[in-house]
Amino acid sequence: MQIYLPIAEISLDVFLLLGIGALIGFLSGLFGVGGGFLMTPLLLFIGVPPQVAVATQANSVVATSVSGVLAHWSRGNVDFKMGLVLLAGGFAGSTVGVALFSVLRGLGQIEIVISFTYVATLGIVGALMLLESSRAVLRRRRKVPTRRKLHQHHWVHGLPLKMRFRRSRLYISAILPITVGFGVGVLSAIMGVGGGFILVPAMIYLLGMPTAVVIGTSLFQIIFVAANVTFLQAAQNQTVDVVLAMILLLGSVIGAQFGTRVGARMQGDALRLSLALLVLGVGTKLVIDLFTAPLDIYSLATT
Amino acid sequence: MSRATLLLLLLLALARPAAADIVADVDDHLVGITTGFSGTRILVFGSIDGEGEVVVVVRGPSGPAKLYRKSPVLGVWVNSAALTFVQAPSFYAVASTKPLEEIANASERKRLKLGIDHLELKAIGRVSENLLKEWREALVRAMVRDRLYRVEPGEVLLLNQRLFRVDFELPAKVSTGTYLVEAYLFEDGVAVAAQTLPLVVNKIGFEAAIYSFAQQQAPLYGIAAIVVALLAGWIAHLVFRRP
Repeated sequence: MQIYLPIAEISLDVFLLLGIGALIGFLSGLFGVGGGFLMTPLLLFIGVPPQVAVATQANSVVATSVSGVLAHWSRGNVDFKMGLVLLAGGFAGSTVGVALFSVLRGLGQIEIVISFTYVATLGIVGALMLLESSRAVLRRRRKVPTRRKLHQHHWVHGLPLKMRFRRSRLYISAILPITVGFGVGVLSAIMGVGGGFILVPAMIYLLGMPTAVVIGTSLFQIIFVAANVTFLQAAQNQTVDVVLAMILLLGSVIGAQFGTRVGARMQGDALRLSLALLVLGVGTKLVIDLFTAPLDIYSLATT
Repeated sequence: MSRATLLLLLLLALARPAAADIVADVDDHLVGITTGFSGTRILVFGSIDGEGEVVVVVRGPSGPAKLYRKSPVLGVWVNSAALTFVQAPSFYAVASTKPLEEIANASERKRLKLGIDHLELKAIGRVSENLLKEWREALVRAMVRDRLYRVEPGEVLLLNQRLFRVDFELPAKVSTGTYLVEAYLFEDGVAVAAQTLPLVVNKIGFEAAIYSFAQQQAPLYGIAAIVVALLAGWIAHLVFRRP
């Protein structure tokens, strides 16, 4: 059944869109990330113009994050104070990101920048996760008891503006989460992702937050960053397709329920390892595309 | 309505004296883009007086078209050059009873802009003739890929040297605006009669409402999109909450 999308100005099959939503929802329920980093490339692949794919994705991320946060909140796994600090950086970052997006779109280089940002972030995040999780899996196989220091001190702990985050059991400089929030905000505006797959590892490895609190808190701040991106994209570029967002959302909400159930039965490190492989797989595909000669070296600018 | 029009046209055509003439109409003067729109066909029909050949052209609204050329930079394919055509039709298709070259002589084809080679495509800025030709061909290729241009003329069916009809396919990607349908009667390589009909392609109903909301009240639309997403997320949580 074909449906004409009013902003994307193309006609696509509803069931294909629902299927994509369900697949992304399944993965996001399984891994606890928004799944936007997979959604945007898939939308581009089926012919949605890049600027619409990116902006619409942000809109549907708002909805998936809301339902995720509500679920985590009921279990007490959201650090609102940390979320708000991350948000301060996130707002600034996503505003800069959307402005950058408009400039690059004008220069005709937006596609390549989106691709490069994807390759870089997917590559780095995927490789780090692969290293960490494969080590963890090996340790578990050998049944070596995991020892972990309660506190690790780096140079970052010498920064000023220290704040106490009770739920995360942290006493760190506010500059750190603000910077992380800013970086993720810029990337999420350009890539049209909530940034969960960058934010989650950053919170675990850079900020040292307990894993249980990370997903709820990252989803909490993603709601606002994605809402900001949606608003700015809609206001500046008129590229948010509500119809497309709602169809994707419907599929992903259902998929997420199955994903969560499967995820509950898997080991944490095995889960992170499979996410790492998935992330690297998508990254590799994009690298291959960058180096592959296009069918026609000329292409029409999408307006 | 279209059948009545057809009948009326036929009667008019039959009643006229045998001067070279062409009368044409389109089955529907308004193509509405609705939620279920996945492209459409438009039927152009009419009748001719005289021993001639028929050419029908459909032109979409013109506007600037920007084209990029990719080249490898350190092995990575990036957009490295751009060219903007001042006025490029957003849709172009031509159909005729015989190949165009047999119907119309070269100067007529050029004058009436018949055939893809005679589209008036001017570039912004100075470009050498050779380079412009390359870009023009590239534009046509890109438009053909989207089925917005048709290079090979389609066939006009002519019955009894009097009635003609031809179908044009408009893909789902068509631009909105006013299209022009031109019908020509050719005799001895020269157009002896012509008729031009407007055809309006527009978003209607829900599609039009969403689109104009997004364009005219962009900030408000953004807020509405967020509110809808927040509500949808909340509802999803309520529906799937475990007891």
